[in-house]
Amino acid sequence: MSEKRDSGSRLGDGLAQVGALGLFLLQVLAAIPRSLRYFAETVRQIFFVGAMSLVIIITCGLFIGLVLGLQLYEVLSRFGSTASVGTVVAIALYRELGPVITALLFAGRAGTSITAEIGLMRATDQLAAMEMMAVDPMAYVVAPRFLAGIVAMPLLACIFNALAIFGSHLVAVSWLGLDNGTFWSNMTGAVDVWTDVMNGVWKSAVFGAVVTLVATFQGYTTAPTSEGVAYATTRTVVYSSILTLVIDFLMTAFLM
Amino acid sequence: MSAISTSHTDELVRIRGLRTQLGSKVIFDGVDLDIPRGRVTAIMGPSGTGKTTLLRHITGQLVPDAGEIVVDGHDLSKLDRNALFDLRERIGYLFQNSALLTDFSVFENVAFPLRQHARLPEELVRNVVLMKLQAVGLRGAAELMPAELSGGMARRVALARAIVRDPTLLIYDEPFVGLDPIALNQVVKLIRVLNETLGLTSIVVAHELSAVSRVSDEIYLLAAGRVAAHGTPQELVRGATDWTRQFFGGEADGPVPFHYPARDYAADLGFAQVRP
Repeated sequence: MSEKRDSGSRLGDGLAQVGALGLFLLQVLAAIPRSLRYFAETVRQIFFVGAMSLVIIITCGLFIGLVLGLQLYEVLSRFGSTASVGTVVAIALYRELGPVITALLFAGRAGTSITAEIGLMRATDQLAAMEMMAVDPMAYVVAPRFLAGIVAMPLLACIFNALAIFGSHLVAVSWLGLDNGTFWSNMTGAVDVWTDVMNGVWKSAVFGAVVTLVATFQGYTTAPTSEGVAYATTRTVVYSSILTLVIDFLMTAFLM
Repeated sequence: MSAISTSHTDELVRIRGLRTQLGSKVIFDGVDLDIPRGRVTAIMGPSGTGKTTLLRHITGQLVPDAGEIVVDGHDLSKLDRNALFDLRERIGYLFQNSALLTDFSVFENVAFPLRQHARLPEELVRNVVLMKLQAVGLRGAAELMPAELSGGMARRVALARAIVRDPTLLIYDEPFVGLDPIALNQVVKLIRVLNETLGLTSIVVAHELSAVSRVSDEIYLLAAGRVAAHGTPQELVRGATDWTRQFFGGEADGPVPFHYPARDYAADLGFAQVRP
């Protein structure tokens, strides 16, 4: 009986969280017009969540490209199709791997810092102080970070893709001896700008919105204690990663 | 924004029948209270009695379960968010923990309300900020970051920020905590000077009886969810009731329990059987 009640209560808490996140999204969307007067703050946030994430995006992109090149060359060579390495790498990256892996890295790098920063602002009464100075924290703190995520994520995903393709080229062409012209011509012939590249761009913009929404929500509603901020930061990574993968499946199913 | 009120009633804040319950704890159970214009009113009471909660009610940060709160002629329950923000532009609030914006320097913290609400030339912003910092003795610390300040200095910066727009109502939540005697004396003087020269109304929540006696015109003593006593500092210190005698005399015994409710002490230490 108590187990049933516990699981019922957990389900209720979970649904309440989803509802609160939905309401928070509406508040953020309503605050966006008011946040336009803080354009400089939005640019600053694009720098923090975007430019400051470049090192991890570049490094991971390069190594994932290297591994992809190696694995695909080995597998495709069994079927005598090594000429398709560039094509497979590019399509996999543009459609799925680029946006999804960038989003997961973005959640770990930028999402956690957003949650911790806003959570500490909550714990130290900085958000309350803004309210008392008649400055809306939704417009000044949350909306600029949300917009920054939407702008920065597609750019980061493009950079990730570029580095991954460069990595796979290094392995397949420079190391394993695949013809350079074959690598590029097959890739450019098979990749469509709208169905492959832009699908990835839309996806990464949505993932940017999801990660920053979860991160700002967790920070904004955190318990004002050090333990509360720690839990909120963990939840940001877990929830935004799960949401990213679920939404990726839904978008793939509907966009393809 | 004008610092001069358009309302002409004698009290800037009027509270009637305030009832608040947080979780299972009743914080206020029928509080009636008036904050007169142009005077310094202190709110005192034992720890946990809801003094900061009362300030949150007055500023619309927390909605009470019942009761009426009128600030400068505006019933807070009838204000939408924009109207509440308009009202807050005329209120300066000194937080208990200073609540400085940690990404900004001292100068930028004090300039923040000006930059958000007043389109002033940069030179004027600079002069106003430096004047306010001079008033709290920290003009030389303008370029420091909040992390480089002591607790007392941070409180004085927060005070400079609270007064930077010359508000109608200034609310001080524990303004004397962490101040050395010199800074405390200056802050006491500053509160009086601001009140008298700018015609402000001030609400001070504090525990330091000597400082409160010097700074306030009248005191409300809150206890057990109600106003336990009200009067001038001299009237209250004379100790007409059990509440005032215990609180101002610092006695452990009296209507305010010093100990949080607990099991029998001897039983807790294992010296006696717990009675069923």
